[in-house]
Amino acid sequence: MTEGTREITYRDAVREAIREALLTDPRVFLMGEDVGRYGGCYAVTKGLLDEFGSERIRDTPLSESAFVGAGIGAALGGMRPIVEIITVNFSLLALDQILNNAATIRHMSGGQFAVPLVIRMATGAGRQLAAQHSHSLEGWYAHIPGLKVVTPATLEDARFMLAAALTDPNPVLIFEHVMLYNRSGVLPPDAGPVNICSAIVRRAGQHVTLVTYGGTLLKTLDAAETLAKEGIEAEVIDLRVLRPLDAETVLTSVRKTRHAVIIDEGWRSGSLSAELSARIMEGAFWELDGPVGRVCSAEVPIPYPHHLEETALPQPAAIVTAAKATLGS
Amino acid sequence: MNKAPSIKPHLTREHLLGLLRGMIRIRRFEEKCVELYQQEKIRGFLHLYIGEEAIPVGAMQAFTAADAVVATYREHGHALARGVSMDAVMAEMYGKAEGCSRGRGGSMHLFDAATRFYGGNAIVAGGLPLAVGLALAEKMDKREGIAACFFGEGAVAEGEFHECLNLSELWRLPVLFVCENNLYAMGTRLERSESQPDIHIKAQSYNVPAEVVDGMDVVAVEAATRRVCAAIRGGGGPALLECRTYRFRAHSMFDPQLYRDKAEVEEWKHRDPIDRFASWMRETGVLHDGDVAAIEAQVASEIEHSVAFAESSHWEPAAELTRDVYATEEA
Repeated sequence: MTEGTREITYRDAVREAIREALLTDPRVFLMGEDVGRYGGCYAVTKGLLDEFGSERIRDTPLSESAFVGAGIGAALGGMRPIVEIITVNFSLLALDQILNNAATIRHMSGGQFAVPLVIRMATGAGRQLAAQHSHSLEGWYAHIPGLKVVTPATLEDARFMLAAALTDPNPVLIFEHVMLYNRSGVLPPDAGPVNICSAIVRRAGQHVTLVTYGGTLLKTLDAAETLAKEGIEAEVIDLRVLRPLDAETVLTSVRKTRHAVIIDEGWRSGSLSAELSARIMEGAFWELDGPVGRVCSAEVPIPYPHHLEETALPQPAAIVTAAKATLGS
Repeated sequence: MNKAPSIKPHLTREHLLGLLRGMIRIRRFEEKCVELYQQEKIRGFLHLYIGEEAIPVGAMQAFTAADAVVATYREHGHALARGVSMDAVMAEMYGKAEGCSRGRGGSMHLFDAATRFYGGNAIVAGGLPLAVGLALAEKMDKREGIAACFFGEGAVAEGEFHECLNLSELWRLPVLFVCENNLYAMGTRLERSESQPDIHIKAQSYNVPAEVVDGMDVVAVEAATRRVCAAIRGGGGPALLECRTYRFRAHSMFDPQLYRDKAEVEEWKHRDPIDRFASWMRETGVLHDGDVAAIEAQVASEIEHSVAFAESSHWEPAAELTRDVYATEEA
């Protein structure tokens, strides 16, 4: 499949990653709500039941706590489960298992047990699904020691982060932004493998650093193009991994540009964007020439009507404005 | 890997003495823990199991080394009955680095990879999904083991109990659910929190075979567990045992027990699983003069050794605080 450059969607990239994992490691299996016969709520897992059978593609009851906890138990028992939770909003029903078991068992057992579990879930807004299906809570998970949190924003990461997550002996949460599934693009023949430990510069620039991840990466790159037309060269950093945070890549850029704006679809208060801002203060305060800016979602439950949803979310125009504000221009 | 245990207990003198010893060992260990708590050697929560010793001692006769065990925050008895060394458990009570969880878990979080003892879970019902997953791994990897999960009747009010019974039966997983019904979820009596207080009936509504056992009778617990485990190992899917029992001591060291009558506690003490079993053994002529004294002496010496071990164990260096937040070896 990888002989030449090819057009692929984000959805297909995730499916290929799961398929490859199932083909290469007999310990890997997938479970979650409607992953089998239905083909996945976002059609990511379509066809996998036919190919791999119901032992390895397991449709579960609507029992998030039980099947996430069962994933933890199966990982403790030597398997390599991939658990799909339809959206991060539903993961709250399994939060106890994720925090009190998956994240703690390694440390609390004095290093005797590992939980090599992967949990995939959709996150974010943009499809007019209203408040209970549209939140971006990955920053909450990034608060928790013991977890790794990754946010594939590109086709290459969608295609290859899963393999890295399955190789990792820790619980890894993969957040797939809902607006990315239909995005298509070119996957070069030399794509992958990728790591799940470092941020990456997606666009080089010397005037301002724009730090983002996941669903706001493309919006941020759009904003950078707009800024470029006005002579402002923005450096765009895709965090890729929210925990552990690769602060060094951010700081290296900020020390160069001396200005930073953080773009996060999560809410502003008590958030990942606040954490990033603090890291910049701690690590690059004396190199800053302006205050760190933030573009986050409005502090409201994400509303249903298109115009209000768009207003609530970070948009390129707001990113441009924030970049100019921190530059004082 | 291990021969499956027989379906019936073999009531030889040696076996019965082993059961008695197992219960006395847990009782005396915990009594020592109370002393050590008063001396402030043990801190945090200390949930005593006194009165309920027949359950793990009886049940674990039916397990093999290949089986996985999950327990609650009242799990000293389960860890000891499972074969976690008393030295390591006592050192864990102290919070020392030689403890079975490196001192990080304490009383509520005993772990031991060697005996497949997966905690020590202090979130009520939090261990049930783990047991379901451990059983799933056994089944998918075509191994012989089962997963056994001990929990109190308070867990029955949690959604996870219902989710796990349904899921494990749906997938026909080799899980043994052992509900230790001691009537009180901390201070809330079963009838005050459940519209249907008969727990085994709830299990049956998920098509999970369930039976009620006298949890104060070690042989009854052993016999029931052997029978049920044989069915589970034969591919019969999960099963539930509701062991009716009673906690003689307070919920924790901070509980003034305002919610129950002293008379009720005294009444249950007449059914003390150790006294009752020893009397039965004596009546049937199995227990000889000097047997109990010999067991007590042996247990006292083991406990003394465990205290000395804990005392001489080390505090984990503060520099190692963040060790093992993450595993580093490749999965």
